[in-house]
Amino acid sequence: MFDGYTFSELTSILAMQGFAGLILFSVFVLMALGLAIIFGQMGVINMAHGEFMILGAYVTYICSNVFSTYLPSLFGIYFFVAMILAFIASGALGAAVEWTMIRHLYKRPLDTLLATWGLSLILQQVYRSVFGAREVGVTLPDYLLGSFQLTDMVEVPINGVFVMCLTILITAGVAYLMFKSAWGRQVRAVVQNRAMAGAVGINTAKVDRGTYALGCGIAGVAGSAFTMVGSTGPTSGQLYIVDTFLVVVFGGAQSLLGTIASAFAISQSQSTLEFFLSGSMAKILTLLTVVGILMLRPQGLFSLKIRR
Amino acid sequence: MNFKISSFANRTEIFGFLVLAVLIVVILPLALDIFRLNLIGKYLTYAFVAIGLVLCWGAGGILSLGQGVFFGLGGYCMAMFLKLEASTPEATKIQSTPGIPDFMDWNQLTELPWFWEPFHSFPLTLVAILVVPTVFAYILGVAMFKRRVGGVYFAIITQAIAAILTILIIGQQGYTGGVNGITDLRTLMGWDIRTESAQYTLYFVNAFLLFVVLLVAQYVRKSKLGRLLVAMREKEDRVRFSGYSVANFKIFVFCLGAAFSAIGGAMFTLQVGFMSPSFVGIVPSIEMVIFTAVGGRLSILGAVWGALIINQAKTLLSEAFPELWLLAMGGLFIAVVMAFPNGLAGLYTTYVEPRLPKFLSGNGGKDADDDSDADVPLASKQAAE
Repeated sequence: MFDGYTFSELTSILAMQGFAGLILFSVFVLMALGLAIIFGQMGVINMAHGEFMILGAYVTYICSNVFSTYLPSLFGIYFFVAMILAFIASGALGAAVEWTMIRHLYKRPLDTLLATWGLSLILQQVYRSVFGAREVGVTLPDYLLGSFQLTDMVEVPINGVFVMCLTILITAGVAYLMFKSAWGRQVRAVVQNRAMAGAVGINTAKVDRGTYALGCGIAGVAGSAFTMVGSTGPTSGQLYIVDTFLVVVFGGAQSLLGTIASAFAISQSQSTLEFFLSGSMAKILTLLTVVGILMLRPQGLFSLKIRR
Repeated sequence: MNFKISSFANRTEIFGFLVLAVLIVVILPLALDIFRLNLIGKYLTYAFVAIGLVLCWGAGGILSLGQGVFFGLGGYCMAMFLKLEASTPEATKIQSTPGIPDFMDWNQLTELPWFWEPFHSFPLTLVAILVVPTVFAYILGVAMFKRRVGGVYFAIITQAIAAILTILIIGQQGYTGGVNGITDLRTLMGWDIRTESAQYTLYFVNAFLLFVVLLVAQYVRKSKLGRLLVAMREKEDRVRFSGYSVANFKIFVFCLGAAFSAIGGAMFTLQVGFMSPSFVGIVPSIEMVIFTAVGGRLSILGAVWGALIINQAKTLLSEAFPELWLLAMGGLFIAVVMAFPNGLAGLYTTYVEPRLPKFLSGNGGKDADDDSDADVPLASKQAAE
């Protein structure tokens, strides 16, 4: 498949596809970060994660419309407002879902899968009733359009770099929250031993709700980033759920670093292969490789050594 | 051979089988016109998958989210045979290459791919319907269960495989018919499957196969193997320490579920007249888990009822209120998981069975109690407490 390309052409192609893969990478990382918290830390299989992401995307869409109609002068900053609102909306929905459904199911992880699948069906129908079945897109502010010209063959899209920076910021924030803050310590304590954490005075119910809401909120931010690369429809989220689960499992469910590494590996291999093969074959090859590696190494790339 | 019916099924179960048999074989064919009956036949093909899931998931605790893969493989094997029969050189002489299926011609293929060749022969097709999905399940099972991949990880990997197969089928349009699937199937060995009499015949063949599968499943559940499956679901390590090869039992039951699904898939193709990737992927696979969950994950009869009732409700609701269908399905699903984890069958054994006349309640109360207690998963017992 490399026939007919010179070496410099190949490097340029790899660089181009690599940068194109950055946006995919960012969406993957943000989606997977939320899921890594919910699934890796709490053990809840959140099949509605894609729908939480799409909620964030719809919030961004609403913001884009509201700002362009009522506050055109502030249109440049609408994206930041939208992201915060997306985080709040998805997080609030997540907290509500945790309180009504998930908290009854912590002992039955496979059942959380079924219940959240039901939730995702309901959310899809709600989106379809509210926003219509047609896919919607957002208008980006001018400064996010276009691309930097690095060499005469390599271009870097500005929105890609923007989303990328955003992802790094959020990832750093989450890492700080989980591994350096008091709250993160509580979360990890509850995950490792719920009964003992309760016994030393941690309010486990509250920590659970907060963790779940945080994971969903990050999915909402992922939705905001998603609007830059794709149009939003009621079922767009479902397309990403399998990839996201694979990213989390492939990285090693408990490891945030592993999640990032596997998101990078999967998105980059997919976007690079897409140049040489058809899109569907690129996806198949990537997924097959991941499934194959998982069969050889079920615990994922990075696994914590915890004595159970 | 020392075989007693009472060791195979207690009176309640026999009663359940009879009720289902009367409904499927007598009442429905008399009450419904052929169009509706054909739909029921289609729903019953999902029941094959649901029965397999009861064994894998309800008894063995292995939740596969990729049963659509096996349903699809079985269905595609049958569809490939029917398609080759429909694409005789005479029937396809307007194509640039006569004698190959029409979608291959549209995709500029000039000869039949090698893996289509065996499907010229009906006996080979029948073998393929059973063997291809089972071997595939065996490979997956060996790869995962031998490495002790289980539970959630197994569910996610099977789901990914369902996604991969769907993308593969859609992407390789020239070999598989792409997103439209394999359509325009007409005859089986010269017998027109689209006539009313053929549809009646197929319905009864389907019902017969369903009961064969039900009996096999019942046999497995009542055998020592069935007991071991339940034991593995509850305390896998103890079974392993007792010297049993846990992985082999899991592989066996997973393969059995795959074979059941494949039979369902083949019957689906015959009755509906086409096969497409929309019955292979993640959504149909999870829907099949829903049928099982609603019917009752511990009861093979419940699985059949679940498949029938949910699909009937889906047809009726989506005819009358298309908007409501997803809401109702999602709500029902949450309700089943939250409120009655053992589904309709659980409700039946808790509320209906105690009020049935004495002669139906089986081999005396004590034995039945033991049975139902052993079957309920620990987790749901804890949840109930």
